[in-house]
Amino acid sequence: MIAHEDLRAGLRDAGLAIQVGPFVVRLRSRLDRVERSVALFYDRQLLPAASTPFADFHVTLAASPGLRSVWRPQARFFLDGRSPFRPLPLAHAYPLFEWGLNWCIAQHAHDFLMIHAAVLERDGRALVMPGEPGAGKSTLTAALTLSGWRLLSDEFALLSLATGKLVALPRPVSLKNAAIDLIRERHPQAIIGPASHDTSKGTVAHLKPPDSSIERMHQQAGPAWLVFPRFAAGGRDRLQPLERAEALLKLIGSSFNYSVVGGAGFEAAADLIEQSACLNLEYADLDASLGLLNDLAGGAA
Amino acid sequence: MTRPVLEQLLAVLAEPAASRSLSLADWDWLVRVARVASLEGRLHALIKDAGALSDVPPAPRRHLHVARVLADRQHAMARWEVARIHEALAPEAIPVMLLKGAAYVMAGLPSAPGRQFSDVDILVPQAQIQSAEQHLFVQGWVCEGYDTYDQTYYRQWMHELPPLTHMRRKSVLDVHHTILPPTARLHPDPELLWAAALPLDGFPGMYVPGPADMVLHSATHLFHDGELENGLRDLADMDALLRRFVAEDSDFWEHLTARAFEMDLARPLYYALRYGREFLQTPVPDSAFRALAAARPAPPLLALMDGLFRRGLKPHHWSCDGRLSGTARWLLYVRSHYLRMPLHLLVPHLLRKAAKDHRKGNRNQAEP
Repeated sequence: MIAHEDLRAGLRDAGLAIQVGPFVVRLRSRLDRVERSVALFYDRQLLPAASTPFADFHVTLAASPGLRSVWRPQARFFLDGRSPFRPLPLAHAYPLFEWGLNWCIAQHAHDFLMIHAAVLERDGRALVMPGEPGAGKSTLTAALTLSGWRLLSDEFALLSLATGKLVALPRPVSLKNAAIDLIRERHPQAIIGPASHDTSKGTVAHLKPPDSSIERMHQQAGPAWLVFPRFAAGGRDRLQPLERAEALLKLIGSSFNYSVVGGAGFEAAADLIEQSACLNLEYADLDASLGLLNDLAGGAA
Repeated sequence: MTRPVLEQLLAVLAEPAASRSLSLADWDWLVRVARVASLEGRLHALIKDAGALSDVPPAPRRHLHVARVLADRQHAMARWEVARIHEALAPEAIPVMLLKGAAYVMAGLPSAPGRQFSDVDILVPQAQIQSAEQHLFVQGWVCEGYDTYDQTYYRQWMHELPPLTHMRRKSVLDVHHTILPPTARLHPDPELLWAAALPLDGFPGMYVPGPADMVLHSATHLFHDGELENGLRDLADMDALLRRFVAEDSDFWEHLTARAFEMDLARPLYYALRYGREFLQTPVPDSAFRALAAARPAPPLLALMDGLFRRGLKPHHWSCDGRLSGTARWLLYVRSHYLRMPLHLLVPHLLRKAAKDHRKGNRNQAEP
């Protein structure tokens, strides 16, 4: 474990090395809110600088300079000196780091089929949940994570093209709007960071993954269930089998880099379908849907 | 960092097996600089050819591999685009010459493996350029996102149509009718280019430039037209082409230098050979420099150009920048425009462009 003074010095000086699943991020920032969030969420993923000579992504979060910073302070994301996005309000500096890191991974990790999906694991078997924004994926993921499932990923599934297995990318689960209080009430012990209001996704707060998910981040998991959740307010919670061909098309449609990896991506997606029970989840009540997913995995946790 | 990263990158480009001696800390810098220079995919190809890929530590090897995956994908797309262009223009008997990346890929040249590029560049005879635009339009290539001023600028003063974008595939196609604007200081004759072009197997009516012209075009693009963002990559292209062409034709240097004068492109070739030898140890014989003596800039100008190009050709990564790098790049940008147009045309154009860029501001940057 790295002491807080070292964390601060690392962020301000040569950069703090963070193991994020299969990637090493070297982060530099003088922003207090970034420092606080990194200390809160990534304290168990810090690498000693001396034995980490290579990083995959060199990220800097900095306040925009200039006179405007007096009345409208802003934060900028830099990948190795280049800023791929517009700045955001300084209050959103930490979500900007998470979103920027998503961008880095999506641009570079073509040794995986990358899918916009949550991934959880129980007893060595992985549940993959692709979902449109608003499908309730993050809420389900947070609740599963806090009730015995291992978190591999909140919204960024990495399917290895080499092994056909899912690789963990454990990062804070991004909770939006009403889900923040819902998870707080159900799991008072959960560690949830400060909320950022009025982002492009509404109010956002992050849930820290349990230690067990971090400790096992280098363990891959074979796919077992492919579930497409859809939020149906006032409806009845149910799991319904899905045609494999349709599941394959939907899976490919949720991929960020299918067109880049081409044939290898198709093979990997087809293998995943082959090994998975493919289901649609109509989701109205969190407890009812959790029950359905736990039953899939062989009983309540 | 034991040695400056640029030195290490150049050493590996010139002698790929030298990658074996790099530490992980060296690789940390090398991958970052190669990334902004669009050279990661080329490094993968060169190191693999040298049989040294398995000696690259897994973490950096993964970045080289991924860049190669992207490059291979770009090449597959370029092949597809070339076939579609052929479908659009061959029935109309409009000859098409592929340029740069598309030409290297389709002709299977050693500058192709791992080369990262996205746009396809073609040349058609000036008399048929309007007809080519119409037939490409029917197949879905449209000119979008250019206002009336840009349109007029391209069509009246440039050597190409405004870039065309395919409606569905979003691929970008540049259609040229010669290799430099008609207003430029140098006047290569496109007729000569066509006369020496080589037919492309399997695509009747399609061509690639002859070997000497391929080198000259790349040199011109880099050292006259001022496309320096990927300068080191283009220098590496020429290095690979020259090594191949010299191996195939022992008189290649004489042909190349004579052709350079014939095409009015001797000065850009002089720069290409000078900096190729300096940066990548391209094996240019002294006889080639002697043959180009008439095109060699006078000593004060050459000293100035050395100062500019030695800075401008470096990867645009902050670790390679010195105190004057920004100034050098700006001066080279101004130079490229000055060489492209006489001042009475250039000044109003640049003012207009500056005003437009200012109005646009940061608007075209993405949301995170």
